[in-house]
Amino acid sequence: MSDFVNNFWNMYVIVIVLAGILACAVLLIVQGKATFTPGKTMGHVWDETLEEYNNPMPKWWSWMFVITVVFSLVYLVLFPGLGSFPGILKWTSVGQYKAERERMDAVVRPLFDKYAAMDIRAVASDKQAMEMGKRMFLTYCMQCHGADARGAKGFPNLTAGAWLYGGEPEQIETTIAGGRMGIMPSHEQLGAETIKDLANYVRSLSGLPGVDAARAARGQEAFANNDCVGCHGPDAKGMQAIGAPNLTDKVWLYGSSEATIIETITKGRQNKMPAWKEFLGDAKVHILAAYVFSLSQGQQNAK
Amino acid sequence: MIKHDQIEKNVGLLFILTLFVVIWGGLLEIVPLFFQKSTTTPVEGVVPYSAERLAGRDVYIREGCYLCHSQMIRPFRAETERYGHYSVAGEYVYDHPFQWGSKRTGPDLHRVGGRYSDEWHRAHLINPRDVVPESNMPAFAFLANTKAKDTVGADIEAKMRLMRSYANLRGLPTYSDADIKGAKAAIGDKTELDVLIAYLQGMGTALGTMK
Repeated sequence: MSDFVNNFWNMYVIVIVLAGILACAVLLIVQGKATFTPGKTMGHVWDETLEEYNNPMPKWWSWMFVITVVFSLVYLVLFPGLGSFPGILKWTSVGQYKAERERMDAVVRPLFDKYAAMDIRAVASDKQAMEMGKRMFLTYCMQCHGADARGAKGFPNLTAGAWLYGGEPEQIETTIAGGRMGIMPSHEQLGAETIKDLANYVRSLSGLPGVDAARAARGQEAFANNDCVGCHGPDAKGMQAIGAPNLTDKVWLYGSSEATIIETITKGRQNKMPAWKEFLGDAKVHILAAYVFSLSQGQQNAK
Repeated sequence: MIKHDQIEKNVGLLFILTLFVVIWGGLLEIVPLFFQKSTTTPVEGVVPYSAERLAGRDVYIREGCYLCHSQMIRPFRAETERYGHYSVAGEYVYDHPFQWGSKRTGPDLHRVGGRYSDEWHRAHLINPRDVVPESNMPAFAFLANTKAKDTVGADIEAKMRLMRSYANLRGLPTYSDADIKGAKAAIGDKTELDVLIAYLQGMGTALGTMK
C-alpha cells in the first residue's frame, strides 16, 4: 500500500483505521458502564415469543473484544495496514513469494544445473531426471500431446519414432525451445479429381487398403508434376528441415482416411507448436527434451 | 446516548446508522484503491481489448467460463511454475467486470494466451476430450454455429463506447472513433468460437514470463 497518488490517501487510511479501532474501544467502555436490569426483559415481544433481556455482555466476550483491539494495534505495527507504513517486519506478499522461490531454488537449482551440463542422451538415461521430465511433461505438454504422449489429431505422437522436425535430441530441444510453425498450403487449384488421385497415391505409399490403383498411378504422376515434391521430396519421404511429413511412414497427424487426406490437400493445414524457452527456461527445456527423446527410444526398443 | 431500544423502534434512524456503518467500511476498503497507482495504471503492454477480443470476452462471460476458470495467478511458487508470472492489479484495468473467478475446476486462464495453438483451442472447445481425454469440461461446439456479429458483436460499438467512458474516467488510453467505427468490420463473419479464441490468445501476454 505504498503507491498512493498522493499523501492525502495515506493519512486518510491511517485516520479511518485508527478512528475505527478507537470507536470499538469506546463502545466497549461505554457498554461496561451501562446500567443493566438482569432478569427483566426490555418489554417488547417480537414474533409472538421473542423477548430480549437487558443483561451485561458475558465477561469472556468483553475480553475477546479487548484482545481484538489490542491484536489489531499490534498487527498494524508489525504488518502493512496503516496507509503507506510498511510495518516493522516489512512483510510483502511479493517478498514472501520471492523467499519461497529462493528456498525451493536452493534445493532444485543444483539438480537442474547438473542436468543442464549433461548431454541430452545421458540425461535421458538418468532415472531421477526422467522422473522430473515426466512431471513437467504432465504439467506443460500433456494438454496437446496427451498424458501418454501419443498425441491426438493434429498433435504429434511423440512415441512413434516418426519426427516432423527430427528426432535427434538436439533437434527435439530446438523444437521445444523455439516452437514450430507447420504450414501446408492449400491445393484447391488442382481440382477435385486430381486431388482424389493424389490422395489415393499417398494412401498407396503406406499400403493402406481400398486404394484405387488407376487413381494412384495418375496421382503419382500428379505428385511429381506439381509442387508436392518441393516439400515432401520425390520419394515422398518428407523434409525435416521444413517440417514436411514423411508420407511413407504410416504415421498420420490428421488421419489416413481418403476424406481426411483430400481435406488436407484441398484446404492445406496450419499447425503451431508454441515456444517454451521463455516460459520454462533452458534447464527445464533440456530435461523435457531428454524425456521426449526417451519416450521415442522406449517405443523403438519395444518394436 | 441513544439506547438500542430507540434504534430498533425507529426505522429511519436504524436505516441511517446502518448506512453509516456500510459507508464507513466502503470508505476504508474501497475508495483508497481508486487512488493507488498499482490498481489504476496499466502494466506496460496492456492495451484496451480489440473489438474481436471484447466480443470474445462477452462469450466467455455468457458461457460462465468464470465459474470453473480463474484469471488470477496467486504469488505462490506452485502457481507461477505452472501458469507463469503472478497476476498484478495493473493487468486488469480494462476489465469491466474483471473475471477473477473464485473456483478452479479447470486451470487458471490468466496467462493462457499463446500457450496453445489456435487449432488446439478450436479442437478443445469443440470437444475437450479430443485433446485431453481426462477433461470434464463441457463441449462448446455450438459456438461455431453462430456468427459473432449476430450476438455478442451486435452492439459492439455501444460496448466500446461504454469501455471508453470507463477509461476516460481514469485518463487511460482508449478507443478512437475510428476503432469504434471499424469494430463491426473487425469482427466480420467470425464465429463466436473464433472471437472467443482471439480473446483467450491475448490473455496475460504482457507479463508472460517468470520474473
